[in-house]
Amino acid sequence: MSELVTVRYLCIGCPLGCRLEVDEAPETHAIVEVRGFSCRRGKEYAIQEHTAPQRTVTTTVAIDHARWARLPVRSDRPAPKEMVLTICHALRHVRVTAPVKMGDVIAANVAGSGVNMIATRDMPGQ
Amino acid sequence: MITSNPRHLRGSYDVVVVGAGPAGLEAAVAAQDAGADHILVVDRETEAGGILVQCIHSGFGLHRFGQELTGPEYAQRVLTQVVKRNIDVVTDAFVLDVDRERRVKLMTQEEGVSLIDAQAIVLAMGARERTRAAIHIPGTRPAGIFTAGMAQRLVNLYGLLPGRRAVLLGSGDIGLIMARRLTLEGVEVVGVFELMPYANGLNRNIVQCLHDFDIPLHLSTTVVEIHGRDRVEKVTVAPVDANLRPQMERAWDVPCDTLLISIGLIPENELSEQLRLRIDPMTNGPVVTSTMECSRNGVFACGNVVHIHDLVDFVSAEAMLAGRSAGRYVAGAAPPADNVRLLPGENVAYCVPHTISTEREHTIYMRTRRPLEACSLRLTDLGGKVIYEKKLRYVFPAEMVNLKLRPAVLHHFHNGALRVDVAPRADG
Repeated sequence: MSELVTVRYLCIGCPLGCRLEVDEAPETHAIVEVRGFSCRRGKEYAIQEHTAPQRTVTTTVAIDHARWARLPVRSDRPAPKEMVLTICHALRHVRVTAPVKMGDVIAANVAGSGVNMIATRDMPGQ
Repeated sequence: MITSNPRHLRGSYDVVVVGAGPAGLEAAVAAQDAGADHILVVDRETEAGGILVQCIHSGFGLHRFGQELTGPEYAQRVLTQVVKRNIDVVTDAFVLDVDRERRVKLMTQEEGVSLIDAQAIVLAMGARERTRAAIHIPGTRPAGIFTAGMAQRLVNLYGLLPGRRAVLLGSGDIGLIMARRLTLEGVEVVGVFELMPYANGLNRNIVQCLHDFDIPLHLSTTVVEIHGRDRVEKVTVAPVDANLRPQMERAWDVPCDTLLISIGLIPENELSEQLRLRIDPMTNGPVVTSTMECSRNGVFACGNVVHIHDLVDFVSAEAMLAGRSAGRYVAGAAPPADNVRLLPGENVAYCVPHTISTEREHTIYMRTRRPLEACSLRLTDLGGKVIYEKKLRYVFPAEMVNLKLRPAVLHHFHNGALRVDVAPRADG
């Protein structure tokens, strides 16, 4: 039986910033113990962050015939953390034309991540 | 109506709001709800929305709208309220001056200078960033030195990258957000340097903007020299001692072509000074009553021009109060004057508002000087008697403390002033 592996996280729930520790079994990766939290949300965050960390992606894409050169977009749901850079890389080739409405889908299932990018503002044409 | 031509405007308004960021827009709506008919909002930018327009990340609106929004989404929601109503917004316009009769001197490209009469003014000019000059970094003056907000504007609106290899000075939230933003756009962010022994930004941003991308954060370290003739070539950084003095014998060079500076905000108060409003030297913003009225009747203020807020949601709440007060002032329905002064005491840098009334409910915002755990917030009269006490789990200077105070708490209080302390609990 080999040793447990301990992974550390900084809790983002509040300014206390608890130093969280997750012990996992070496082969199965099953969580054996969570330590360091001082509230329920902290424990839940540690488990989420350890098993399937997710991030909302916000970035911009090129837009023509608009007041600004870039249109701000966000993912319509959180994406797997390891996909964030891949998604942003794929969006460098996207170019849209004004007018655009807030909520319009700008790119669907980006880089096979399962998330769609939607516009976060109206951009009138000009 | 949104216009850049003052010919489309009236010669006089009930309320003129200076600044069309979240504070100004929310104040305009609240002023109309409180009885003002004709309202004008002035902004020097080409579109309304303020700094939120370039803050494309999420994390706004949990208090105000009950959901997490990006900056542009928050701005558009607030602006939609304004456009639905009969409120005028003039963009590409600059308020040069407001005189004692509350005549607003407006500068526009279309008309040059024009004068507009106002019965009440709401100051909502926001804040500007501190620059290299504020902390006197020695060295040359090459291209490649930006404030974090300027870089944010270049990247998110203009689609321009500030450089290829960046160093960040200051660990405030704007700086951390920009570290991630530049990384996502392919810029190499070499490291973040912070003078203080602790990070100034939210833990959420430390994790999601730095840890996620393995960007190192150097605490108790600062930039002591900038090198380069035409373009930044490198910066020298050095650890600081307990008195924040750089230890030059331990300094090292960091090659980079860009330096981003994120070292805090200053309220934008040129107009407040021209109006000779009383300024609080701690906030650098006007002294305000519990209705957000300044030291001159009929002049109100809200948002970052009063004090720097952590969250736009709190700006909205404060702006609604200021707008409502301006509307009531115009309608001749201003409430009775305040009767209690708030005096910042132990571990309290400032309180806003500066005065309150024993007759009404208040939200008091304050900033502490140093972190404390298991402490309490106490209101004490000048005789030393504790009038109110509230236990707090923790306080941090980077997080504003807000206290909701019901009139019942001050029911029998007639002493004129209350000292506000945030101190360790008496019971340990």
